Amino acid sequence: MSRLIRMDRTGHSTLAEWSVDDPARVEAAAAKFRAQLEQGYYAVVSEGQGRAEQVRELPIDAPLVILRRPIAGG
Amino acid sequence: MRRAGYLWTLSTVVLVVPFLGVAVGLSVAKPLLIPIGVIALAHAWIIPELYAARGAGVLRRRRRTPSASAERTALGLLADLLDHPARELAQRTGLALEPGRFGAWLIGEAGAVLVRPGGHRLHCYCVTVPEPGLPSADRVAHLLLALREDEAGFATIANLAFSGASWRLRRRLGPLARDAVSAAVDAAR
Repeated sequence: MSRLIRMDRTGHSTLAEWSVDDPARVEAAAAKFRAQLEQGYYAVVSEGQGRAEQVRELPIDAPLVILRRPIAGG
Repeated sequence: MRRAGYLWTLSTVVLVVPFLGVAVGLSVAKPLLIPIGVIALAHAWIIPELYAARGAGVLRRRRRTPSASAERTALGLLADLLDHPARELAQRTGLALEPGRFGAWLIGEAGAVLVRPGGHRLHCYCVTVPEPGLPSADRVAHLLLALREDEAGFATIANLAFSGASWRLRRRLGPLARDAVSAAVDAAR
């Protein structure tokens, strides 16, 4: 089961869960994914130490997709 | 990165040397002016210390967590993103150790410290998530993911707060952050 989570005030919230063999849930997750990107979130798939990829389409094979806010120089 | 370090050192020297010159010149020219020379010496000592204090600020905890359960949840996610030794360090110190192309990074909620290969010089960067109310561990996770996505971009967005010897920074930190810096220095060696 893959998960779409958003880092927020609660620590993180799970927005969607899906498996590749359930097209309805994949489509629902993709819709939520797009809505979050429109709100300014970045979507990231961590690939272990030292590597992560920013994605603009929901990667349905990824076990975990994390939504984060942009960073800025302090 | 190396050039940024040299430029930082050069700018510090440019700021400090005139005070040293004044201190020596006044003391030699007129012993009566030795107290003023001492004040100039103090300025020459204080300037690098102030920069180091600013650098240490990137590893200090700044905001209060909205709730303990949110912090626990956020720390759980951060731990999932790290390998075992870095996870243990994060749980103990709140700081995430991440090896990178430019050296070993130590990430806090208000910025990151990059320990260059060899472990002698480090760069302190101010960088944050402009989102109020996030738990500390979530802030660290934000920066960790951004760093993993694009290390050069991360160093470009961040503002350099201090560059210099690791001992200058360590003496400005609390014991936990000092341990974390030591771990980063070991990782960079």
